[in-house]
Amino acid sequence: MTSEPETLLKVRGLCKGFTMHLQGGLRLPVVSDVALAVRQGECVVLGGPSGAGKSSLLKMVYGNYAADAGMIEVLHRGIIVDIARAAPRQILEVRKKSVGYVSQFLSVIPRVSARDLIADVARAWGATEDAAQRDAADMLDRLNIPETLWSLPPATFSGGEQQRVNIARGFMGKHPLLLLDEPTASLDAMNRKVVLDLINEKKTGGVGMLGIFHDPETRAAVADRIVDVTAFSAAA
Amino acid sequence: MNASEPLVRVEGLTHYYGNHLGCRDVGFELYESEVLAVVGESGSGKTTLLNCLSTQIVPTSGKVMYRFRDGHVENLFDMSEAEQRVLLRTDWGFVMQNPRDGLRMGVSAGANVGERLMSVGNRHYGNIRKTALDWLERVEIDPTRIDDSPRTFSGGMQQRLQIARNLVTSPRLVFMDEPTGGLDVSVQARLLDLIRRIVADLGLSIVIVTHDLAVARLLSDRIIVMKNGKIIEQGLTDQVLDDPHQPYTQLLVSSILQVGA
Amino acid sequence: MSLDTISAEAPAYNFAYLDEQTKRMIRRAILKGIAIPGYQVPFASREMPMPYGWGTGGMQVTAAIIGPDDILKVIDQGSDDTTNAVAIRNFFKRTAGVAMTFRTADASIIQTRHRIPEEKLRSDQVLVFQVPIPEPLRFLEPRETETRKMHALSEYGLMHVKLYEDIAHHGHIATTYAYPVMVENRYVMDPSPIPKFDNPKLDNTPALQLFGAGREKRIYALPPYTRVKSLDFEDHPFSVQDWPDTQCAMCGATGVYFDEVILNDLGERMFVCSDSDYCEHRQEAGHFGAEHASYKERMK
Repeated sequence: MTSEPETLLKVRGLCKGFTMHLQGGLRLPVVSDVALAVRQGECVVLGGPSGAGKSSLLKMVYGNYAADAGMIEVLHRGIIVDIARAAPRQILEVRKKSVGYVSQFLSVIPRVSARDLIADVARAWGATEDAAQRDAADMLDRLNIPETLWSLPPATFSGGEQQRVNIARGFMGKHPLLLLDEPTASLDAMNRKVVLDLINEKKTGGVGMLGIFHDPETRAAVADRIVDVTAFSAAA
Repeated sequence: MNASEPLVRVEGLTHYYGNHLGCRDVGFELYESEVLAVVGESGSGKTTLLNCLSTQIVPTSGKVMYRFRDGHVENLFDMSEAEQRVLLRTDWGFVMQNPRDGLRMGVSAGANVGERLMSVGNRHYGNIRKTALDWLERVEIDPTRIDDSPRTFSGGMQQRLQIARNLVTSPRLVFMDEPTGGLDVSVQARLLDLIRRIVADLGLSIVIVTHDLAVARLLSDRIIVMKNGKIIEQGLTDQVLDDPHQPYTQLLVSSILQVGA
Repeated sequence: MSLDTISAEAPAYNFAYLDEQTKRMIRRAILKGIAIPGYQVPFASREMPMPYGWGTGGMQVTAAIIGPDDILKVIDQGSDDTTNAVAIRNFFKRTAGVAMTFRTADASIIQTRHRIPEEKLRSDQVLVFQVPIPEPLRFLEPRETETRKMHALSEYGLMHVKLYEDIAHHGHIATTYAYPVMVENRYVMDPSPIPKFDNPKLDNTPALQLFGAGREKRIYALPPYTRVKSLDFEDHPFSVQDWPDTQCAMCGATGVYFDEVILNDLGERMFVCSDSDYCEHRQEAGHFGAEHASYKERMK
């Protein structure tokens, strides 16, 4: 393929602040006039100290936080959807098909086995039951979850194991754009390496990514570009 | 059938109990396979809203436009009571907070599940029983309890039976009024998980009234926050709960956090 | 002062006890009931000189339709000489002074508790049923507002819930009396506590059938030749009791409804026609059962 990589995400003029009504209407500005873009096959990392608004920015792109102004244009099945203005059901559609969120912390669903949790995602993306189970097993195996745990609900797992199950779920989908919310934090070296491999495989597969990585080493290993969020500081 | 058309469109729904305001100028849309949570404290008008939507009370003004299976759209309050009641036992379900209000306590579990089938004209005992057995299994009730009275069931089982009783006619829209209200926390978790699974399997549209934000977060796609009879904030559930804008919503969310901490 | 001297001295009762305005009110209810077969018409039930449950509803219906030329028969569980039948017959003897009969064929009005005579009724006869609980939905739905609505909208799924329960618990529809019926495909009706054996006799009957519930203040009716169908399931169709090996010990009848009579402390028993007039009629015509002779002997 010789065609230009497509732009999957384009953010322009994005502003966000919080009004804390319980603290007398205290206004906490977060970011203003954010502009950035993510294309197919690249991993863009948000940089800047904590409190700069990296996490808020990522959440706005996912529709989890509301934008005060600006545009968050996402490529969704060939058309551009502005997450900042989209109706809730449109955002849910985008999340289902176009934008995935990889985090260590997702709400745990009780009473579903780890393997089924991950197979569910594969199935949602069109895998047959057998393929879904096989892919789920592969993924759990890669992330070093002991096979004895696969049939148990993750609620019973250790913190680290739960985190890896959530990461596995995030990577199992086939979203063209992934938002990575510190997927390697608190992982040991072996598992961090696995996640780096997963990210690189996604990249090779043309998936665009926007992520937050605190660890400089990891950041360097995955980032094609670093966007410094302090440049959009709204505090001024 | 056009899935991009809303299943329900509520316009300017207002209800007064005499001089006392129930709900005012409520408007929203509900689409197929969408779960909408209505949250707010006691007296915020959420139950009034639910009762208006389900035609249990006639609002003072406003419309509830409903799209039927054949695609035609009609204001529920232009329909006769007979038509409304047919809707309630075929296209709709209503899960009450107290299972004793939603079940027929004097007859067996099987009869509770089978009642709707019989009310829509099913006259084959064997088929009714088979369907009832199937539904008991789906809501995780031991099928050998089919002939037992719901009086002998635990609260959680009664609530699951009420759900089976409502879903047996494959409704499109189910109203739930604090369905986990009176249950222990562990029993609640199991019930929520079950509701979640069934809702996803059947692609049901749900309007669920709850004061429990955790329930709203777990089950719903969208949320409506009510206060003093009016909608003060609405949107994607995780957005409203994680980034609430209105003072009252922030208060609601922060009170939950304090409890959780 | 005895009761007889009081009534002898007191001013005479109005014909058939009830005053004429009350009779007109009841007749209007009856006419409405006839116009809407199976529909329960509320009426202003009067206090009768008898306790509720003894047939006050049936008595008021009878009192409202009876005329001096009528011939009245009163039966209780098929029999003319049990307490309830005797009491009601005496009541009308005293207050209306009409002719009484035990003969089904001779009667123009038959008031009954819990049976329909074996003999086929004619179009010049009226059968008046005594009804304790007129609402067939009552046991499952206690709210009157709700049951009325259910009747109005023909929402009768609940009726089958009861039959479902029967099959679930007994393997068959165990309801054997007060078995609910569908009238003209419109109203579900309680036929009063007659055995379901009698249900087929309700259907397409030439006689007018009236139902009165005194305590519950309801009157309903089946005009002549009304279609009356007993409710059932496709895979558990309605059927009546059948005693293929049983004969009436007195008259040898088969295929009728029987009473069981215990003969002695050893538990010996016999079956006789529940319809005493039918039985005697057969004996007069020369039909005899196994115990006929010994029974007549004992009765001497």
